[in-house]
Amino acid sequence: MQFKYKIAGGDFTNAGNASSAVKKILKQLNVDHVISKHIVVALYEAEVNIVAHAYSGVIEVNIDENQIHIILDDKGPGIADIDQAMEEGYSTASPQVREMGFGAGMGLANMKRNADKMLISSEPGKGTKVELIHYLKPDAG
Amino acid sequence: MKTIDLVKALDLKIYSGKDFLNAEVSGGYVSDLLSDVMGNAQEGQVWITLQTHKNVMAVASLKDLPAIILVKGYKPDEDTLKKSEEEQLPILGTELDTFTICGRLYELLNKS
Repeated sequence: MQFKYKIAGGDFTNAGNASSAVKKILKQLNVDHVISKHIVVALYEAEVNIVAHAYSGVIEVNIDENQIHIILDDKGPGIADIDQAMEEGYSTASPQVREMGFGAGMGLANMKRNADKMLISSEPGKGTKVELIHYLKPDAG
Repeated sequence: MKTIDLVKALDLKIYSGKDFLNAEVSGGYVSDLLSDVMGNAQEGQVWITLQTHKNVMAVASLKDLPAIILVKGYKPDEDTLKKSEEEQLPILGTELDTFTICGRLYELLNKS
């Protein structure tokens, strides 16, 4: 099963819509409530990162009986130093974004804590690709 | 304790979602940082904040929070109100500051 969502950079009005749609799908599929919560936290943070930092992006959600594999691919400034970006509290968000209560440098850490596996690759000046993997069976990880 | 009991006991204003005040409240979480709430709030906790924009509704809904309480007389934005009705997730308000409303809520929840 595959679902795709287009994300527009800077569009805070619709930020979270993809996460919300995925949450509904997980509920329909009777995915374990605790696992679903972890997926939703990680996905929301990743979605907001596209809105806050990129020009545009696509979220691809692949679900099979064993795992949910989410790929977030954006066109944007990219991340020059991924290790630094992973540091809690580090953020390059604009003052406007911070005023809204985003950009506290907690997003990537939240994603890492909530995903079973997270992969980030980035090409500065071009964009960033994030993959989030959650295992749907408790013993699979 | 239900959201409606909080409204009565703490004399909260109901900005939106007046038909959805029957959710169970187990506690509260206080933060104006959305990622903090996303990462740390627990289902069943009311969220006390001064953020009034639409994104608070997305966070509250994704986290299954029963209600939002805006402090110091802050009013929700127009599109926040609309989203609140859609999500069936009430926005409440108080004139009190965060410290005071939290103290009262804490007392109320620990009494019951």
